[in-house]
Amino acid sequence: MSTEEKSAKNATKEYEDIPGTYVFDADRSRQGYHLNMFCISLRLAENRAAFRADEPGYLDQYPMTAEQRQSVLDRDWNEMLRLGGNIYYTSKLAANDGVNFQELAAKMTGMTSEDYRAMMVAGGRSVEGNRYASEWEGKE
Amino acid sequence: MARITAGVGVSHVPAIGVAMDTGHTEDDYYKPVFAGFEKSREWIKQNNPDVVFLVYNDHCTAFSAEMIPTFALGCAAEFQPADEGWGPRPVPVVKGHQKLASHIAQSVILDEFDLTIMNAMEVDHGLTVPLSVMFGQPDEWPCLVVPLCVNVVQYPPPTGNRCYQLGKAIRRAIDSFEEDLNVVIFGTGGMSHQLQYKRAGLINADWDIDFLDRLTSDPVGLSQKPHVDYLREAGSEGIELVMWHVMRGALDDEVVEVHRHYHVPASNTAVGHIILENKT
Ligand SMILES: [Fe+2]
Repeated sequence: MSTEEKSAKNATKEYEDIPGTYVFDADRSRQGYHLNMFCISLRLAENRAAFRADEPGYLDQYPMTAEQRQSVLDRDWNEMLRLGGNIYYTSKLAANDGVNFQELAAKMTGMTSEDYRAMMVAGGRSVEGNRYASEWEGKE
Repeated sequence: MARITAGVGVSHVPAIGVAMDTGHTEDDYYKPVFAGFEKSREWIKQNNPDVVFLVYNDHCTAFSAEMIPTFALGCAAEFQPADEGWGPRPVPVVKGHQKLASHIAQSVILDEFDLTIMNAMEVDHGLTVPLSVMFGQPDEWPCLVVPLCVNVVQYPPPTGNRCYQLGKAIRRAIDSFEEDLNVVIFGTGGMSHQLQYKRAGLINADWDIDFLDRLTSDPVGLSQKPHVDYLREAGSEGIELVMWHVMRGALDDEVVEVHRHYHVPASNTAVGHIILENKT
């Protein structure tokens, strides 16, 4: 492969056809910057307390879009991801709410915590039928 | 002279740390997870490293979206366990080997790997869980640690090849350090898992086992695996496994696998673990 071909290949997002997945690349990172900076602020106990006392007031410090702000207030976890959030950031908001990683994963897949946990204990979600978006067509 | 005697690959699932910190290691759910580390604890007691060179990633804890270094070398005297949103883990402070870290920085950067130097850094479960599973719950960690933090959160992480080559540069740096030190290198993260969106919960045991096999049989070929294969086959967070190539690159071309452990699940993740020894 020539260097020009390599650069062209690097610029294509080959991962966009993976179903049920957002790959947090630089474009998503740019889009989600203020949302993610809000989420990471909740890493610290004093900020968690301030957020709990006044969610809308606390969110005013972060110039995110109205859509992003609403997704936070609604705890719409998939919407946050769609708007550039990354799971390691949004998990800080979940932790603030007392929701652990596995419960959060269940919410994002639309399963109950019990069903999700049972799926994991049984070996997890198989990769078969879950590699390409085309395999999900008509199923969502 | 300093020398690398062995490499350890190990998942760093946060729930494993929580299980240890809250006394749930004997639960039916966690028993098989921890059983696979019993031999590892014996092994590391025997090997008795002076230093662990620990390759891990930060999970939006010490590094926010403001700053995302691809490779960051911990050169501080100590590293405090971080509050990741539910209070810091009750584990000992991690002590660095500052002289060795400085030596590695100088050697590796002149070897054309442009590391970021961290003179202050908190460390999250990515670093502390591997220490916990390998060393248990001592009052102090029994060795010094040189952390190497790799970006695997924002795509793209460094390529497998880049990680493998960096491992070789780290090996050269450690080989040229005058102090007589036994160094074990850890590559952490993985194995297959996806934490986010509708495909969360993905596990690919066949792919994971093949990855573990090829660390011995075909490490160079394995390091050429394209990123999209990790994302598609091992889940969006399975791409953490690129960090294992740093560990593998730092070992001899020929290694002996002395222990392996694989279990599904811990929380959302396939737990994988391997110990590889240099033959010489
Ligand atoms: Fe991780």
